[in-house]
Amino acid sequence: MPSKKKDLAKGRTAFWNDPEKRSMLYQIIMLVILIICGAYIISNTLHNLDSRGIKTGFDFLWSEAGFGINQSLIEYDESHSYGRTFFVGLLNTILVASLGILLATILGFTIGIARLSNNWLIAKISAVYIETFRNIPLLLQIFFWYFAVLRPLPRPKQSIELFDVFFLNNRGLAMPAPNILEGFGWVLLVFALSLIVVIGVKRWAKNRQDTTGKGFPIISVSLAIMLGLPALTYLFVGSPIDWEVPTLRGFNYRGGITVIPELLALLLALSVYTAAFIAEIVRSGILSINKGQTEASFALGLSRPKMLKLVIIPQAMRVIIPPLTSQFLNLVKNSSLATAIGYPDLVSVFAGTTLNQTGQAIEVIAMTMAVYLTLSLLISLFMNWYNKRIALVER
Amino acid sequence: MSNEVQQNLMAISDEIMVEMRSVNKWYGEFHVLKDINITVRRGERIVLCGPSGSGKSTTIRCINRLEEHQTGDIIVAGTPLTNDLKNIEVIRREVGMVFQHFNLFPHLTVLENCCLAPVWVRKMPKKEAEEIAMNYLKRVKIPDQALKYPGQLSGGQQQRVAIARSLCMNPEVMLFDEPTSALDPEMIKEVLDTMIELAEDGMTMLCVTHEMGFAKTVANRVVFMDGGQIIEENCPHEFFNNPQSERTQLFLSQILQH
Repeated sequence: MPSKKKDLAKGRTAFWNDPEKRSMLYQIIMLVILIICGAYIISNTLHNLDSRGIKTGFDFLWSEAGFGINQSLIEYDESHSYGRTFFVGLLNTILVASLGILLATILGFTIGIARLSNNWLIAKISAVYIETFRNIPLLLQIFFWYFAVLRPLPRPKQSIELFDVFFLNNRGLAMPAPNILEGFGWVLLVFALSLIVVIGVKRWAKNRQDTTGKGFPIISVSLAIMLGLPALTYLFVGSPIDWEVPTLRGFNYRGGITVIPELLALLLALSVYTAAFIAEIVRSGILSINKGQTEASFALGLSRPKMLKLVIIPQAMRVIIPPLTSQFLNLVKNSSLATAIGYPDLVSVFAGTTLNQTGQAIEVIAMTMAVYLTLSLLISLFMNWYNKRIALVER
Repeated sequence: MSNEVQQNLMAISDEIMVEMRSVNKWYGEFHVLKDINITVRRGERIVLCGPSGSGKSTTIRCINRLEEHQTGDIIVAGTPLTNDLKNIEVIRREVGMVFQHFNLFPHLTVLENCCLAPVWVRKMPKKEAEEIAMNYLKRVKIPDQALKYPGQLSGGQQQRVAIARSLCMNPEVMLFDEPTSALDPEMIKEVLDTMIELAEDGMTMLCVTHEMGFAKTVANRVVFMDGGQIIEENCPHEFFNNPQSERTQLFLSQILQH
């Protein structure tokens, strides 16, 4: 007893009573257990693979794939390698995910704001949209768009025509493809120059607004410059794009670009489904802003659209961004449901056909998981950066 | 203090700035405003007081259509307040309002708070708006806080920014909805001082407040409301020393006890 008292008086602490050292000890023990488990799993797997005569490693990526893919953004046919199927699938995933994020965001914001409209009909239609689409399983919606909407479309011979250049049928949407001819470089050059002009005009307009208070129709003028000048050049150098209009040959349309029905169905389902969630996020973000902000804006004479643009949305964004990020991540990951209707995304092509043909399950699955992890982390990083930028300054 | 302030206050013209004629308002079945008649001339300072729920805030919030009245006429600076959006816009431009909870825009700096409406509603050049804003911030004695955000200021400072923000629109009438009720005691004075200065400059003011000292020194008339009705309307001296109705006497005895 006396010695213990002396210790306390001197302020000496046994190391197991020091919270810092104690937590350090726990962490070391935890780490050791993790390493042992990990090492066991790896050695066990290697041993099992070896005893069954399965070759490990990434050599298979260079051997010939031997199967076709019905949509590819890069050149691909049966003679290309398995490694190339990875990139074909990856690009198809990125294509549907980025288009989906764009569409879902536009649709979601519109419907979210519309649900708060004073117009009874608009508000109710938005509410019905949200409650319908977010309460039906996504897989079912993909099936709906694919099997109930796009597949029953007429055969190519009876295609639904739009302006004689778009053809919608059960093989997809055929539309004209641009063939770039000599002289198109000029159009690109003029387009680049017009961008610089637009930036100049924007500066000038902001300056004029600051000094004289006069507004300037910047959006319409910019659009006119950006589209008008290249269009004039285009005509001047003699229309250097040859639009290849799809034509019916045999049983299908040839030439032009064909958007396959699988892409349309998946894109529609993903955007429409995610937009319902985004709409609710936008609505809750706007509602989270104190009513006093609206009243102060009105009392100052701001109109409703200006109040939304200048006061409410900028503040709502900081509430909206974190859950919006989750929705973007969900959309990217949900795009793997492509497998169900045969859209050639990464999971369908690489973790599906390639895995089946090569049997390299561990390598293929690891690569696929790494892709989704990387995509998701990139989106998170970007959104966190944006969120920090718009954060409110408190004391 | 009282005499000095009263001397500084400018004369009242005959021009009518705000007129409410038998205004009635219901929330569903609940009759919140019963036959309200108030006339405010240019340069007049009216204090509205009464127990909570008596309809005083609702009354002034009807003037700039933050609340809609159902029957009766409201005319502000010659413009009748109807359902016409154009009229509402004109009136809101000419009527400034200061709220109990300041309602500054937290995502904008103090200066941006002040410039927002002049630039977007009055279409004023940004430079000019900033000059005017700095002038008013000097008048409310916080020009050095111009580049800070509302969250970085004390309550009293925030309320003074809110007053400056309203003044930047160069309003004909200022409405104050319990401007000191959310403030610490020592901050109440700085806000009241600002309001007194404003009164000395001849601003037409309608104030809902429990600051009886302010009412005594600044108001031309005190309006006492209870149960959605105007019970009594009189000059401050008569109102405090010789209240006519029993309800007013009871209210004053309760409020002036401490």
